[in-house]
Amino acid sequence: MSGDRITKALLFISSLTILLLSTGIVISLFGGAIPAFREFGLGFIFSSAWNPTAGNEEYGAMSFIAGTVITSLLALIICIPMAFTTSLFIAEYYRGTRTSGILRSLIDLLAGIPSIVYGFWGFYALRPLLVSTGLSDQGFGVFTASLVLAIMIVPYATSLSAEIISMVPAELKEAAYSLGATRREVIFSVVIPSARSGIIASFILALGRALGETMAVTMLIGNANVIPKGLFAPGNTMASVIANQFGEASGLKMSALIAVGLLLFLITALVNYLGKLIIKRFA
Amino acid sequence: MHTELTDNIKRRTRTNGRFRYLVIAGSVITVIPIFLIVGNLAVKGYRQINLAFFTQPAPDTFQAMMAASAGEIIPGGIANGLTGSLLMVLLASLFAIPLGLMTGIYIYENSTKKYAQFIRSLTEILQGVPSIILGIIAYLWIVKNITRGYSALAGSVSLTIMMLPLIIRSTEETMRMIPISIREAAFALGTPYYKMIYKILIPVSFSGLATGVLLALSRILGETAPLMLTALGSPAISFDVTRPVSAVPLLIWDFYNDPNMVSLVWSASLFLMVFVLSMNLMARSVASKHKYI
Repeated sequence: MSGDRITKALLFISSLTILLLSTGIVISLFGGAIPAFREFGLGFIFSSAWNPTAGNEEYGAMSFIAGTVITSLLALIICIPMAFTTSLFIAEYYRGTRTSGILRSLIDLLAGIPSIVYGFWGFYALRPLLVSTGLSDQGFGVFTASLVLAIMIVPYATSLSAEIISMVPAELKEAAYSLGATRREVIFSVVIPSARSGIIASFILALGRALGETMAVTMLIGNANVIPKGLFAPGNTMASVIANQFGEASGLKMSALIAVGLLLFLITALVNYLGKLIIKRFA
Repeated sequence: MHTELTDNIKRRTRTNGRFRYLVIAGSVITVIPIFLIVGNLAVKGYRQINLAFFTQPAPDTFQAMMAASAGEIIPGGIANGLTGSLLMVLLASLFAIPLGLMTGIYIYENSTKKYAQFIRSLTEILQGVPSIILGIIAYLWIVKNITRGYSALAGSVSLTIMMLPLIIRSTEETMRMIPISIREAAFALGTPYYKMIYKILIPVSFSGLATGVLLALSRILGETAPLMLTALGSPAISFDVTRPVSAVPLLIWDFYNDPNMVSLVWSASLFLMVFVLSMNLMARSVASKHKYI
């Protein structure tokens, strides 16, 4: 019987580490952010100032919040048609075939490529392409970052959507077919309505991924500490400013960066929670 | 009347066919990037990959510049990154695999309890935390307070926190697929609880657990952002956990920032991608071979 007790105690203790880790992360982020919030108040969130000159230090998170939200939403907009059609291909048109299996594996591979490789590829392969179109001088900026981000989040949105589309009961679809509906009509009047919330949730979860993506965005967004002025203008996201400036930061600047991290943490947690909530309702 | 009906059917069949082509076109566009990326890296990266690439540490800027201007292959390789990655990933696995497995089993075994459900929600939140934030955390905990400087330990702590939720979730999901009857049969024979776990739950779900671990490893192997704030990078091969070390993704970042080393980035990226993707494939083949549960 003592073996039982030891096992149960061990399992319980290891579950405690998750509790400790989570509270530790939240406490450390809040603790690290306190100096910045004490100095600038809640105005820190809404200010777009970023001036590290000693004596004149002033920090605000708005440029980065804007950069993160704009790039992620743009990435999502680019991702939606790709993920939507691909998930229909996998879970509806070619369901259970070899082709769909191969496509699925290829998309899984896309999810496996490290972020820094995406960034590097975007820098050397995609950026010159954008320069040659004349839309952007340097090829850096919101659009380039969003394009690569979109490729990066497509696998998540696709595999979740495909799973949800494949869960739509065959009886529903067969009923529509028996009334003479075409496949497209079945998709738009049966499959999508009954899978709607799940599909929306898969896109929200993909958005959650895009918000926290660091390396690829850091290498492509142009690293300007301002609110991006246009699609092809440079900017910075919350994650990229931390990646770029944390190493040389100290004192108030470090606290400001931790505060940016705290805000990023809260935003991603909220978006992910929302996605999970919708998924749970659906299931 | 008759023509109206056939017209209607014709129109609907036409839009139906068009939509099918749209779906196919969209799917093709989705997979194009994978071919572009793999092809691009393979073509530009293979030239630098030789034995020295794996056995020598990264060259300094001057060496690289001289070689590049003479049109030669840049000397040196990624050995310091390989050893650093190995050190940190091993250390992270040492923490995360046992803890993750045990927590996953705990959640599965107590899934009706409020506390276990709460831990599961925390795990889900932890999984969604951007990796750069885990870098900040490991910096605050380890770099500032324990090793008093950038260190391999800090790097592996950030990787551990990344791995944990992945392993916990996959463990729990694998366990849930084990038929209840197997457990009940064990209990009916009077098997003690701990023996049921060690001799039944874990062996039966082994391939699922292995898949989860391999996928988690392939995720953290390519991770760069948290290491920039914790392990920092080092030009020398080092196995001291209290000192800065390099890692393959960190080397890519260093090479990327040095215009003389561009051709090395292609090779290092190619290597990292191939390594991570083969690990990924391995995980999936383990999963598909053992369909028992």
